Amino acid sequence: MTALDRKLIRDFRRLWAQALAIALVLACGVAILLTTFGTFMSLEDTRNAYYERNRFADVFAEASRAPRWLMQEIRQIQGVRAADARISQFAVLDVPGQQETVTARILSLPATGTPRLNLPVLQTGRLPSPDAANEVAVNAPFAKASHLQPGDTFHVNLNGHRRELTLTGTLLSPEFIYTIGPGALMPDNETYGVLWMPETAVAAAFDMDGAFNNVTLKLSRGANTEDVIDRLDDLLDTYGGLGAYGRDLQVSNSFIEAELEQLKTSALILPPIFYAISAFLVAMVMSRIIALERSEIGLLKAIGYSDVEICVHYLLLAVLIAMAGTLIGWGAGTWLAQALARLYAQFFDFPYLIYNLDLGAYALSGVLAIASAAMGAGRSALRAARLPPAVAMAPPAPPRFKRTWLDRAMAALHLSQPVVMILRSLLRWPLRSALTSLGLALAVAVLVATSFFPAALDELVSTTFDRSNRQDAILMFDPDIPETALAEVMRLPGVMRAEGQQFQSAVLRSGHREKEVAIEARRPGADLARIISSDGRAVDPPPRGLMLSQRLARQLNVRPGDLVEVEFLGRINETHVVPVAGLVTQYIGLGAYMDLDTLSRLLRQAPRISVANLKVDAQALPDLHRVLKDTPELSGLIDMTRMQRSFEATIRQNVDIMTTIYLTVAVLITVGVAYNGARIQLSERARELASLRILGFSRGEVSFILVGETMILALLAQPLGWLLGAGIAKALADGSASDLYQIPLVLKPAGFALASLVVLAAALVSSLVVRRRLDRLDLVQVMKTRE
Amino acid sequence: MNAVFRTQDLTKVYDTGELQIRALDGVNLELYSGELAVLLGPSGSGKSTLLNILGGLDHATSGKVWFRDLELSSLKDRDLTLYRRDHVGFVFQFYNLVASLTARENVQLVTDVAPNPMPAEEALAQVGLEHRMDHFPAEMSGGEQQRVAIARAIAKRPEVLLCDEPTGALDSKTGVQVLEVLRDVNERLGTSTAVITHNAAIRRMAHRVVYFLDGRIDRVEENDTRLAPSEISW
Repeated sequence: MTALDRKLIRDFRRLWAQALAIALVLACGVAILLTTFGTFMSLEDTRNAYYERNRFADVFAEASRAPRWLMQEIRQIQGVRAADARISQFAVLDVPGQQETVTARILSLPATGTPRLNLPVLQTGRLPSPDAANEVAVNAPFAKASHLQPGDTFHVNLNGHRRELTLTGTLLSPEFIYTIGPGALMPDNETYGVLWMPETAVAAAFDMDGAFNNVTLKLSRGANTEDVIDRLDDLLDTYGGLGAYGRDLQVSNSFIEAELEQLKTSALILPPIFYAISAFLVAMVMSRIIALERSEIGLLKAIGYSDVEICVHYLLLAVLIAMAGTLIGWGAGTWLAQALARLYAQFFDFPYLIYNLDLGAYALSGVLAIASAAMGAGRSALRAARLPPAVAMAPPAPPRFKRTWLDRAMAALHLSQPVVMILRSLLRWPLRSALTSLGLALAVAVLVATSFFPAALDELVSTTFDRSNRQDAILMFDPDIPETALAEVMRLPGVMRAEGQQFQSAVLRSGHREKEVAIEARRPGADLARIISSDGRAVDPPPRGLMLSQRLARQLNVRPGDLVEVEFLGRINETHVVPVAGLVTQYIGLGAYMDLDTLSRLLRQAPRISVANLKVDAQALPDLHRVLKDTPELSGLIDMTRMQRSFEATIRQNVDIMTTIYLTVAVLITVGVAYNGARIQLSERARELASLRILGFSRGEVSFILVGETMILALLAQPLGWLLGAGIAKALADGSASDLYQIPLVLKPAGFALASLVVLAAALVSSLVVRRRLDRLDLVQVMKTRE
Repeated sequence: MNAVFRTQDLTKVYDTGELQIRALDGVNLELYSGELAVLLGPSGSGKSTLLNILGGLDHATSGKVWFRDLELSSLKDRDLTLYRRDHVGFVFQFYNLVASLTARENVQLVTDVAPNPMPAEEALAQVGLEHRMDHFPAEMSGGEQQRVAIARAIAKRPEVLLCDEPTGALDSKTGVQVLEVLRDVNERLGTSTAVITHNAAIRRMAHRVVYFLDGRIDRVEENDTRLAPSEISW
């Protein structure tokens, strides 16, 4: 090891506190990049491999009832490589030991045993025999949640007939990586499951012999998905086609896509902030080191070290800091990625492990860390290299202070000398002051942006559950039942109030924009499921009008008063032109609302309902469930109280994790910036401050100068931090908007106040730590040292 | 006698914007191989500027300077670096040791890059510091630190040793010890040595004394009889 290398290592050890403060900020960037980018890559790879190996379909479509022979025509659509016809139905299960009514989606397995597309992966047991009438396989998470094992039996209400089924095996399927029941907000494996049954058994139970109601297609490479969808829609039109769609609208896949998108956004937005702050901190520290080592640089040059060697020497110091940050970041990132993988395992069902961060993610995060530190050090290192040796050997000229209007203002204000010293120093290095303030502002911003989540989710929950969907339970019927049947629903045990609602699939068009939605139609005055207009009032859709959620209106680019084309899908395939009557505040789903009479008139039928919203006496719930399990028309039940509870619990957990992470991050940024800032000030000011002490200033008065400068910069950082934080929160809220949900932008004063308090406190503690060094300052020694 | 350095109308002007300072004003000088020359003059007389230019630390504004046949005034920075690395040893008033390196490591800074160095231990032994090799600068007295600096300068077996106020920060007794080391190096290794000082007492140990005044050479004296450093005091 050369003597210069030894100097490098000793310098690094001497600077450990400052180096650590920077390394921790850098580690945040490395860890977040590793976690988000690594998990993105790993999730995407895993999903793609799963889709590829198990032949996940490209196009999906449902119809009321289509003849089997239509499959020949479907297979001949240009671009179609394979097609699978299935029967898909909903049913209510009675699982032993489970009080709640379980809703299940039943999918038929072909007579050949295994389907060609969306190949399920057997986890335990075996597939049902093609000719068995009472055998069934279920999705593994449901089996686990319901404590079902191969050989167990449970009851199912198949089209009004109660049947006992024997479980033969548990499966995972690329179609159900994220398994969410109709109308549900998040997966609940206890109350929703997927059942695979032999085709003959399903066809017999649902009277679908020689027919299918669900088709999935695999396309050839390069096929035009849109064309295939159009052609498939044409073919299914006469059979009650509900509109074919691609992978983008497949429920499970769209949730994974949304997650991938969010990971990508995080990977692109957050790490650069940390890398930039670290670069700035490295720049600040290196510029001070080079000022301090001016004569050593001169000496190295005098004895013949070249510019390049000196430049590399100082760059390497930055690289060591970056390496420390990278190692810490890799450790934290690996841990975080594993935690994230565990979180994903709760929601996503893959047959293999998601967690396998590839070396590329490690390499990328490390290389970027080293590059940003080197960039931060670059200017200083170059300056060191370019310093003419004769100049380097001479002591530096004292910094130039000039009298400006500000000095006259300060004089007029009769500020004390320490205050004047603080202000002058801030103005003497305006760029450094500005960047320090900016760094602290970013810490404030991170906290403001984080504090927005809990408030936003409260707003989301209160709008969704307390103001809009106030029902205790939703009964689902498939097919729809006459509205008159509500009277029977009212007679169910514990039901205190029941309101009907119809869902009608339709395509809304405005100009070239179109969107497939389920129009919800209700009676005026519905009190359990209400529509909240954009001004916060509960409203009813007027006769002949359509009310749209704000996001849907934006997607269609329509405003109240505009006309939209409504093409009904399913039984009646007609197009009507309907005016937009108003906008609705809605954060989950893309709602479109109509008056039930208006919809019935357009559909030329007596009013029918798809669901019944119930107000239920909680005491009577067990009775209600018992009766519902044997109700033939029922295809499912959503327990809204249970859903709200699990939704809030999950969100709360995620928000808590996120808040902890970001709080740590903000404190690390603050400490990194404030501590280094104060250390550098102390280093530059040691003589000055020692002189003041000799002149009779007390420790407190002298540390006021040191702490004061940091705190003024921290105070100045607040408004900018609030602004940046609000901006980041808005970007996050906008970025969260998908067809599935939108997180509302809710900023509360308390969030801003808390962010400021945390950052000010962390800045104060950091500068007080440096103050302790000031207290230990050996006055005589300091005055002796040559600057 | 064989000249190590030769200057011709060497001029250095510092331009501070508001006024121009002529630090060197047409200096013509020869320094000879193997001699110990003392450059004497008050602060600001131009002697440090001359030393910096001779040592390849600075460029002249006009005029020429040769190290043997090598015209330093025509060299680019990169070649000046090589020149310093291969031929010149420096000793400064404030020692300029690297605080984070021990005595031995400070010397190794030079032996790491010089083409034909002596071992760091040998260099330190030459200045009588073989027992202090693993001490850090902060653990040594000023005189010891300056001797480390001299060891560092001679470790590369330089042809010339340029010393800028080597005793400037030292008391008389310690200063004499340092001067003894310098004379010893000059005599035993034959290293041409130029010592800058404003301390007139030191002139008496030199072969020749060059007097500086206002950027010019005032006069040059030869000492017929040189005093040993131990006979000097101030």
